[in-house]
Amino acid sequence: MGSGGRAVAPVAREPWLVRALLVAVTLGFLALFLLVPLAAVFVEALRDGWHAAAAAFTDKDAASAVKLTLLVAAIVVPLNTAFGLAAAWLLARHRFAGRQLLMTLIDLPFAVSPVVSGLVFVLLFGLQGWFGPWLRDHDIKIIFAVPGIVLATCFITFPFVARELLPLMQEQGSDAEEAALSLGASGWRTFFLVTLPNVKWALLYGVILCNARAMGEFGAVSVVSGHIRGRTNTMPLHVEILYNEYQFTAAFAMAALLALLALGTLAAKSLVEWRVRRQLRLALLHARQGGA
Amino acid sequence: MRLRQPSVLPGFGLTLGVTLTWLSLIVLLPLAALALKTATLTWGEFWAAVTDERVLASYRITFGAAFVGALINAVMGFVVAWTLVRVPFPGRRLVDALVDLPFALPTAVSGIALTAIYSKNGWIGHFLEPLGIKAAFTPLGVTIALTFIGLPFVVRTLQPALEDLEPELEEAAASLGASRLRTFFRVILPGVMPALLTGFALAFARAVGEYGSVVFISGNMPMKTEITSLLIITKLEQYDYAGATALAVSMLAMSFLILFSINLLQWVLVKRRGRA
Repeated sequence: MGSGGRAVAPVAREPWLVRALLVAVTLGFLALFLLVPLAAVFVEALRDGWHAAAAAFTDKDAASAVKLTLLVAAIVVPLNTAFGLAAAWLLARHRFAGRQLLMTLIDLPFAVSPVVSGLVFVLLFGLQGWFGPWLRDHDIKIIFAVPGIVLATCFITFPFVARELLPLMQEQGSDAEEAALSLGASGWRTFFLVTLPNVKWALLYGVILCNARAMGEFGAVSVVSGHIRGRTNTMPLHVEILYNEYQFTAAFAMAALLALLALGTLAAKSLVEWRVRRQLRLALLHARQGGA
Repeated sequence: MRLRQPSVLPGFGLTLGVTLTWLSLIVLLPLAALALKTATLTWGEFWAAVTDERVLASYRITFGAAFVGALINAVMGFVVAWTLVRVPFPGRRLVDALVDLPFALPTAVSGIALTAIYSKNGWIGHFLEPLGIKAAFTPLGVTIALTFIGLPFVVRTLQPALEDLEPELEEAAASLGASRLRTFFRVILPGVMPALLTGFALAFARAVGEYGSVVFISGNMPMKTEITSLLIITKLEQYDYAGATALAVSMLAMSFLILFSINLLQWVLVKRRGRA
């Protein structure tokens, strides 16, 4: 994105001074609003040195928060990836009544705020929820337990993979798959050998986004978790607890780990975008040479 | 109309089954629970729950700060997007990647980081203190947090629109004797207005529902800096499911109403431009 920079005729360009001012304002604003908070996380985490920051993770509750976050991501990401692939295949490769409605419904979780996303699961499975009494009689805990956290995270990250795949698969069209099928490949073989390699970068990016959100979600998880130390605390929730107990170094150390995850996500995004652009350029070049 | 156009590609039944099952379980059933819960309330109960004095105060701070934040983003986001698209400078790709930071950073992390820098002794807070400006634990802090998380929405919606602008139009305006400023207001701004409105609406909607990055810096004082999302959680903790649901529904309804009006405004703009 934003590599734009198409040649603009001199008449349609700002004077030198205006452009310098634009760059200065942009850099100043972004530094103040984005860079300073990011830097603050790492500076606060290392305020008492590396050892103090590292000590934050040896704590039993901190370790279990890291473990729970990894567990939730390990459950949610594969499920939503499988769903995303199925939904993208359905919506990009088939035309049927209600297709547009289905696309809108898949995006629905983006329109619901995090706290409300947690609330809906409390209404379903909470003690006074629709299934609450039945769950209590059968001794199944969902709210204030791991299953609730998994469900809320599934809801929040629901559209990510499908959303990255769908536009690309629509753009690519189904010619390659039709060719494979007409040459006698089975449906699954076509999917694994033709479709998947064509969308692998978009898929990877969708998975990365889904994972980042799954590990970082706060509001929705906060509603359903119950904040039981060592049992239902994810990393972001643990950051909150430590912060509210004035254990700032530990809170920012944990936050720094999450910030590194975010920076990794941003780096992956830039890399994947560069890859996809190169893929497109190569495809265009091929087409031109073939035509000549 | 036929229900389904035939396709040589297989897998329709399987993918339809998987998609509908997962969608129903994870999204539709929980949202139905919200609707059903609302239906169990009488109109009087619902109205009392959503017009309580403390609730009204939370609307004012939530929607007010979200609106101001989106407005700041519309202006500053425009400058950032314009610079990134039109002005080459070293490190532009790095700066461009940085714009997504508020998307990528977990909200709790943004929350404590913003609180740390805007509190009395923080990096920015200690400059504001002598000026008599308090940022942390005031409505100003809420606005700062909501500006932070909304920025990428405006920039990312504007960038493609600015890239798609035809330079010929600007060149034509210039060759007809229009000043650069006049070209900006008469040619460029109307051209990207729909995208700017979309970005504004997205930033606003996101800010209204935001929780993690706000609860730390807001201080959560009832009637002053308590946002609606937090009030929903408070009601849930008191097992007031009905009250929490009523608040959630009223918040969703207001967001939809605002998004709808912005869409309407956009439609009018596009239509008027098409006629001109």
